[in-house]
Amino acid sequence: MRVTEQRVSPQAKTLKTAGFSAVALLMAILPSLSWAAEAIGETQKQETNWVAIGMFVFFVLITLGITKWAASRTRSAADFYTAGGGITGFQNGLAIGGDYMSAASFLGISAMVMASGFDGLIYAIGFQVGWPIITFLIAERLRNLGRFTFADVIAYRFKQTPVRIFAAAGTLVVVAFYLIAQMVGAGQLIKLLFGLDYIYAVVIVGVLMMVYVLFGGMTATTWVQIVKACMLLGGATFMAFMVMLHYGFNPEKLFAAAIDVKKSTTTMGPGGFVSNPISGISLGMALMFGTAGLPHILMRFFTVPNAKEARKSVMWATTWIGYFYLLTFIIGFGAIVFVSKNPEFLDPNGALRGGANMAAVHLANAVGGNAFLGFMSAVAFATILAVVAGLTLSGASAVSHDIYASVIKKGKATSQEELRVSKITTIGLGIVAVLLGIAFEKQNVAFMVGLAFAIAASANFPALFLSILWKRCTTKGAVIGGFIGLISALTMTVLSPAVWEATLGFAKGSAPFPYSSPAIFSMPLAFICIWIFSMLDTGAQAKKEQEDFEDQKIRSETGLGASKASSH
Amino acid sequence: MASELTQRIQQNPQYQQLLKTRNTLGWSLTIVVLLAYYGFIAIIAFDKSLFATPVAEGWFTTWGIPAGFGVIVLTIVLTAIYVQKANRDFDRMVEEILQKEVKS
Repeated sequence: MRVTEQRVSPQAKTLKTAGFSAVALLMAILPSLSWAAEAIGETQKQETNWVAIGMFVFFVLITLGITKWAASRTRSAADFYTAGGGITGFQNGLAIGGDYMSAASFLGISAMVMASGFDGLIYAIGFQVGWPIITFLIAERLRNLGRFTFADVIAYRFKQTPVRIFAAAGTLVVVAFYLIAQMVGAGQLIKLLFGLDYIYAVVIVGVLMMVYVLFGGMTATTWVQIVKACMLLGGATFMAFMVMLHYGFNPEKLFAAAIDVKKSTTTMGPGGFVSNPISGISLGMALMFGTAGLPHILMRFFTVPNAKEARKSVMWATTWIGYFYLLTFIIGFGAIVFVSKNPEFLDPNGALRGGANMAAVHLANAVGGNAFLGFMSAVAFATILAVVAGLTLSGASAVSHDIYASVIKKGKATSQEELRVSKITTIGLGIVAVLLGIAFEKQNVAFMVGLAFAIAASANFPALFLSILWKRCTTKGAVIGGFIGLISALTMTVLSPAVWEATLGFAKGSAPFPYSSPAIFSMPLAFICIWIFSMLDTGAQAKKEQEDFEDQKIRSETGLGASKASSH
Repeated sequence: MASELTQRIQQNPQYQQLLKTRNTLGWSLTIVVLLAYYGFIAIIAFDKSLFATPVAEGWFTTWGIPAGFGVIVLTIVLTAIYVQKANRDFDRMVEEILQKEVKS
């Protein structure tokens, strides 16, 4: 895509309009797509990267070993959902990092820094600021009230059936969009990095994630995420270290070199990323509160034995994720200097070989040679696997725990029955993910992660937040308001430029909803609707739910009666 | 109707103290993070040149860099402060409350 070339020129900067944030969102959230798809012509002829494949096979063998070990410890539903609740805060913090730091954020943000400098940092910060909110308001209470899924928390004093159906819908919609984006990203990325066909890549990812979750449940998923987090943090640290070493650990020299390469004044300051304040704030809200409503992230808090370890988890997660985003910024600047004008990494048109999102991958080659390039390619693959495994587990839990055990069996399913349903669902989800991954190969799915965050912020988060903290909240309020948040976020996203124009192909500027994210409207709408429908709800059931609030509050604040780790 | 144990804990002055301290701390830190982040975004939306200004004459580093890094570091530091405080004080208070009300 020629846009790559234009983006570097200063003239293009001035052309950026309000719509740019949408384009930036597209570009950064799920990299590859249109960009990589355009570049595949060049990379298909690239030789199969045996070093990368060797490293990746090594990673897969280790994770399969972990899965074998985990399988012997996955006997009950509790083992499957929460690894028996015996993960430590430090381990869980790394695993949360492994669940959250996606290939898209690593490759996309470093590419965005390479293209636009400072703007990439603005974007990265959005992904970081949700974590303290989770720490201060959610983590401990969530751990004290829930057992396996965040639906347990909302359902604590509310009517099971409607709440479980709502929470399962919120979970599955978020998981589905996130998963499709990851699968398509995986296919595109692996095609580029390893020289494998798209379809093989998608099938390999689908099969491996199924194996981890099916046999090893949460234990295997957790350790795959921990191994991946260590590899990603280690690799990124090495790259940032090599970049800084070259400039004697003086950022001034690095910035000077970058400005010299870019010949652009906006590299060191804000460019067009937040040209429209409403889009900027809306995107910020989706990222911040969406993080606190992602089902696969919330689920991780039930893997630790108590509220104290839940706190430690989120502290470590915040630290590692924040550190990671600081590294991506340095890596992006390193890419400006070592990659963006280096003929070795450019195609005859002057665009980056393999697409705009290959900045960090080429930098790996530049600072560490072919072996390190292979390592970072394997890390990128491992990263996708860890994220999709977490998503699949979360989706399977919504079906088996929330729908099957709570709605269909009315809480009377045995642990073994529940476990069987989660395993069947895992296989089903794996197959669906592979089919959708193949179906969406040529589609522009870049909006999907943004949509997942927007729905998490507009449906899951308001319902969870108010059910925990607001006495007057009722089943009707949480369910109706939550669904309104979900549907409005979905509708506005479809009407936004990212889908209306970039995916559905309507004329530029014709999108009925002009902003890059719906959260600034859909999230307050959900809060208001939960409030209105709770206030209107004055029946006997609502009375009972409000009376039960005090018991719930004691448990959420003190952990009295909270579920304990299951023994082995 | 709330259980007898619930009522007893609610009446416990230490429990009330715990809620007050923890809520004050949690919400204050939340507000700090909200102000820092949306302030950061607002500056970018309304006065880009501020962040594009070098920190000192002849420097390449602009104010945007320490501000951006600052927001990330702030989230880590505030989280650590909350967790330290909770691990040290809140857990002890919870334990004392439960010891007194549940065992008695």
